[in-house]
Amino acid sequence: MSWGFLRDLLSGVNKYSTGIGRIWVAVVFVFRLLVYIAAAENIWKYEHDEFECNIKQPGCENVCFDHFFPVSHIRLWALQLIVVSAPSLLVVFHVAYRENREKHHNQKLYRSPGERNGGLLCTYLISLILKTGFEIVFLVLFYKLYNGFKVPHLVKCDVRPCPNTVDCYISKPTEKMIFLYFLVATSCLCIVLNLSELSYLLFKYSLKCYLTRHIKKHQ
Amino acid sequence: MDWGALHTVLGGVNKHSTSIGKIWLTVLFIFRIMILVVAAEKVWGDEQDDFVCNTLQPGCKNVCYDHFFPISHIRLWALQLIFVSTPALLVAMHVAYRRHEKKRQFRKGDQKCEYKDIEEIRRQRFHIDGSLWWTYTSSIFFRLVFEAVFMYAFYFMYDGFRMPRLMKCSAWPCPNIVDCFVSRPTEKTVFTIFMIAVSSICILLNVAELCYLLAKFFLRRSKKAGNPKHHPNHENKEETKQNEMNELISDSCQNTVIGFTS
Repeated sequence: MSWGFLRDLLSGVNKYSTGIGRIWVAVVFVFRLLVYIAAAENIWKYEHDEFECNIKQPGCENVCFDHFFPVSHIRLWALQLIVVSAPSLLVVFHVAYRENREKHHNQKLYRSPGERNGGLLCTYLISLILKTGFEIVFLVLFYKLYNGFKVPHLVKCDVRPCPNTVDCYISKPTEKMIFLYFLVATSCLCIVLNLSELSYLLFKYSLKCYLTRHIKKHQ
Repeated sequence: MDWGALHTVLGGVNKHSTSIGKIWLTVLFIFRIMILVVAAEKVWGDEQDDFVCNTLQPGCKNVCYDHFFPISHIRLWALQLIFVSTPALLVAMHVAYRRHEKKRQFRKGDQKCEYKDIEEIRRQRFHIDGSLWWTYTSSIFFRLVFEAVFMYAFYFMYDGFRMPRLMKCSAWPCPNIVDCFVSRPTEKTVFTIFMIAVSSICILLNVAELCYLLAKFFLRRSKKAGNPKHHPNHENKEETKQNEMNELISDSCQNTVIGFTS
């Protein structure tokens, strides 16, 4: 089980998405997943080994690292990618449910199981809202946990067993900050794409509803 | 998602590219991505561990490393490759959109549709004309821009393309000016120069492809203006032959574009 699974999942969802949805999948694949695997993972690989405190007291480095990084940036990033892609599963499950129903009743119940109407449209809209919600939650979490998106090169630590206030140096802070900003930018882009897709779908289908009702009235 | 998946996606675009585009793609995969993954990553693998400063002051090494390498060469290359490959995805999406439209026409039973079955639509190679020409040309333009921007960023950040052996660092908490030694400077210089050289070749290929497309466009326009009757069948036969030759010349790339075709 690795990132290939997520890739297959998102490729499966792509079939039932709108044009904007496919752009969202492309952005997630290329600017988030690929950047994570090809570049970001290696920056944080030895973060604990390279975290150095100006003290010989055993255990001080460990507690300080744990105090300043309760959850590492890179793990939060990975969680964000997984959680944000998960709502797309709802759409896949709904289509599978429709296909199963057709098989069970042995007759064609829908024009096409993947067509975005009725229940599937609601599921799609819910998945869009959930995706946007999760993105915002993770961005806020990042902001709150690390006091903004900056990575300082020096942190002052006075947790036991450190005897006094001790200087601790974080490795590659500038590089980490650059990639964090990249993460925030792509997250915001994905939020914008999700919101545009939501508005587009709501507008399209309310127009359709209105026109159908209008035609029925005149008949 | 890894470089292999990117290769599959771009391989699908390869089918609809010009010959120069196919050469560019080959250079990108063999001389840049493969070299990055197989060799360069190992050269920069131990960069911070083996970056040694002539001081016992804790924290000095970290601070000095961060000061001299705000973003590592290897990460900058990975970002450059990702950004440079991205415009080709625009072409992939446009082709997928065209295929989707043709399939819709075919399913409606349109008389104008010249395909016999869905499989033929899937295998069809689209000519670079109409709106696809604009998408393709803009993708080449953006590629050029990204290449140039990253080359400049490299030059600006590292004061040229040489990796020095020794750097003098006086950032706090280093007590005085401290000598810091970079690991494998010569090997890193060699790879940096190699990557820059291949980047320049790619820029030249993109410029050549852009000129070729523009020349073809203006030639076609002047032909149409001068000769209102043109023979589409004859043109198509010639282009089909050229396409077959291109297919033979280029690498065997997979036929699918991940997820973008329905």
